[in-house]
Amino acid sequence: MKVPHGYLRVHMGLLLLFLYAPIAVLLVLSFNASRLPSVWGGFSLIWYRSLANNELILQAVQNTLVVAVVVTLLSTVLGTLLAVGLQRTVRSRTLDAVLFLPAVIPDIVLAIGLLSFFNLLRFSLGLHTIILAHTVFDMIFVAAIVRTRLGYFDRRIEEASLDLYAGPVETFLRVTLPAIFPGVIAGALVAFTLSVDEFVIAFFNSGPSSITFPIRVYSLIRFGITPEINAVAAIVLVFSLLVVFAALRLARPQGEDRVGLGPVA
Amino acid sequence: MSSFKRFIPRAVLVGPGMGYWIVFFLAPIGLLLAYSFLERGPFGGVIAEFTWGNYPRLFDPLYLKVLLTSVRIALVATSIALLLGYPAAYFIANASKRWRVPLLFLVILPFWTSFLIRTYAWMVLLSPVGLINKALIGIGLIDDPLPLLYNELAIVIGLVYAYIPLMILPLFASLERLGGELREASADLFASPFESFRTITLPLTLPGIVAGCIFVFVPSLGNFIIPDLLGGGRKVMIGNLIQQQFLQARDWPFGAVLAIAVVVLMLLLLGVQAQVLRREQATES
Amino acid sequence: MRRQGFHGFVAAATTAALMLAACGGSGGGSEGSEDSTQTTSGGSEDQELGGKLVISNWDAYMPKNLIPSFEKKTGVDVEVAVHTTNEDIMGKIQAQSGSGFDLVFVSGQFVEPLVQQGWAAEVDPSQIANLENLYPEASELGYDPGNSHSVPYTWGTTGLCYRTDLVNAEPTSWDVFHDPPAELDGKMTMLGTDRWLLQPALLAEGASINSTDPQIIEEAASWTVEAKQNLLGFDDTTFYSKLVSGEASLVQAWDGWCNYGIAEDKNIEFVIPQEGSDVWTDTMVILESSQNKAAAHAFIDHVLEPKNGKAVAELVLYKVPNQPAMEKLDGKLVEQYPNLGIEPAELLQQEPVKEIGGDGLQLWSDAVAQVKGG
Repeated sequence: MKVPHGYLRVHMGLLLLFLYAPIAVLLVLSFNASRLPSVWGGFSLIWYRSLANNELILQAVQNTLVVAVVVTLLSTVLGTLLAVGLQRTVRSRTLDAVLFLPAVIPDIVLAIGLLSFFNLLRFSLGLHTIILAHTVFDMIFVAAIVRTRLGYFDRRIEEASLDLYAGPVETFLRVTLPAIFPGVIAGALVAFTLSVDEFVIAFFNSGPSSITFPIRVYSLIRFGITPEINAVAAIVLVFSLLVVFAALRLARPQGEDRVGLGPVA
Repeated sequence: MSSFKRFIPRAVLVGPGMGYWIVFFLAPIGLLLAYSFLERGPFGGVIAEFTWGNYPRLFDPLYLKVLLTSVRIALVATSIALLLGYPAAYFIANASKRWRVPLLFLVILPFWTSFLIRTYAWMVLLSPVGLINKALIGIGLIDDPLPLLYNELAIVIGLVYAYIPLMILPLFASLERLGGELREASADLFASPFESFRTITLPLTLPGIVAGCIFVFVPSLGNFIIPDLLGGGRKVMIGNLIQQQFLQARDWPFGAVLAIAVVVLMLLLLGVQAQVLRREQATES
Repeated sequence: MRRQGFHGFVAAATTAALMLAACGGSGGGSEGSEDSTQTTSGGSEDQELGGKLVISNWDAYMPKNLIPSFEKKTGVDVEVAVHTTNEDIMGKIQAQSGSGFDLVFVSGQFVEPLVQQGWAAEVDPSQIANLENLYPEASELGYDPGNSHSVPYTWGTTGLCYRTDLVNAEPTSWDVFHDPPAELDGKMTMLGTDRWLLQPALLAEGASINSTDPQIIEEAASWTVEAKQNLLGFDDTTFYSKLVSGEASLVQAWDGWCNYGIAEDKNIEFVIPQEGSDVWTDTMVILESSQNKAAAHAFIDHVLEPKNGKAVAELVLYKVPNQPAMEKLDGKLVEQYPNLGIEPAELLQQEPVKEIGGDGLQLWSDAVAQVKGG
């Protein structure tokens, strides 16, 4: 393999440095005795302690997680199905482009549009409306990412599978899905990430007590970012790292059986 | 296989997604489209009076200037994200299976913390009395602090930072598809790895590139936090403008018009993407 | 099959989670300590009102005990939603056609739009005994004469907040942004919110801060564009921490916010420039759509208790228009934060911020876009 590994490795390292520089900053600041980010007041754990008692923030984190998980599930399923279906059925480029709109429309527009819509229908607001709202654009992101995986192979192999008397559902599950799986995972990751940190649409479509973490953070903006907020971010980060690596540990024994994609004759 | 048997699966595949799209996207956006043709209420909202008058306002040089500035800044951010993101995605896609998923998570993990927090952290880093300047002055590389904040540079850095995972993930999905055999085969056929990359890898990952670029370009246009905080409010992007119309000026019709203008621009871009996607898949087989 | 089972599980889990979220959504995160289905609780004393009250306010803007003490007194279950800016909550109310909350906290200039669209309820003074605690000046604020549809919560003014150790002479005029002395060049910020961005220009040129005259606004925009060259930038939220860190030496600031800087650095002082300034007010508005106006009135009455008014001032470091509350304030606090001691009469010498109407808003937002984008 004549790939210039050395350069790529350095590049990856520098990129990770870039990605984590602000994270390092916020981690350090979460131990800042002073409330202001511009002044270092000494090392302190007071913010973590006050965080443990801060029911409002904890509830907000919980709300965000519930929303994000449900949104990810919904949008991954809807988006994947949509991508596969569109690949096969839709010939029109215009329809392709139009369907993609939820992912490209400015968030304030979608926020107010959906709220007005919910209002017209006399829908009550709550976590469920945030979920419905987030799914609208997340589904399209998943679909777009999964579509990058669909290409020459699928029709050929699928037809082969169908010719061999496997039903359409079985073909989908045993042939198509494994092939697009990395795309599905990548799409799910994007969907989760987008939902977890989304403020505008969440704010406008939330009920009075369905406050998500971004809404809490943005609402504290008058005091700048208190170290308490940084502490939450630090905890969320560490917790996610732990969860992710635990999940990877668990997943490894079964292995991932990915279809090797050599050139199809 | 009878076409009927094929029809059911297609309906099942596309149905739920399209149904959801129609109910929860088309309807709300239809509402806003309607608003763009109505008069604004004197104190906010809309009143039920039809007018064409909102659209011509779009061509005011002030708004066109904002649109142009936004497009320029978003293009710069997107190009940089692509240049930074592609090698990273390539690296991850070619890493051993053991490392692939952890690397992906490493890339995306920072983005599970709040965007606002990270933006403020960038302010701490870039400020004239911030960490980067303090370090550079401390080492003696420079005497006066570099203007890294409250300008276009800061906005671009912020945007690249905010959306680079949206570039890397589609690129990864696209790159990962190229099995090792394909690349080895092409490596044998071509004189240099660069040529092999240019002729085989690049075209085959074009869908990922286009998707990634759109995922970065579009939100960059619509972002209003970064120009405000990192740009010091010295630049106005179209995202600021739209938000301002809906919330500050309480002019929903014109806000809707601006949004539709952006959407039309996007549709053109998406048309290009769809074209690329289909052409690439046609030539593959 | 393993995969099939997985899909079935996903579908079931999604439905279950969705239903759970829908049911649990309205109950979660509430600050109310009681079960929302309870109406009249076995409340201790005076008013046993019961029912629910949904309030929207800025975060950390009410003393910790304000809501719990109210709930205990009246048996009302209170839900507190947060909003970041006036514009956000106005947008939300607009999109819900005036419903969604019982009581909202908005700044004074937003009362009129609510009234004009029929969404603000008339205040019934007979249900708010503590109205008498308000300074007489608090009913003459212009945006809502006689406080017929709103009750003021806090008030203050805007001015120059600066580091005495970083300036050579005490600043006295809004002109400092336009023609700064050398040591201030590039070390100043102005507020970025539309209504305050143009204020220094308007005041420096002797115009009204509520002006909707295109000519005047045009001139103000040019003035501000020129001033922009001398600024670090526009900043609504971190300007006082810039003062503390020394990144800026002088900033346009709301008086209460300046106090947050003073709390960190004693060298910071606040001054109202000689051309004058504004007086802004944060108010409480009951929405017409409210099903529990009695509880809303009771809440306002509760807020206007002197001890609660005092707690608000101590928490937020703003002045409250509540006379007995202000008189109760610890003298040391006022010494530390001099602008807390500004008397209402002095405050009212400034111009109240009022609604400027749809055309005015359009004019201003175009001007602001021009200033920021230019």
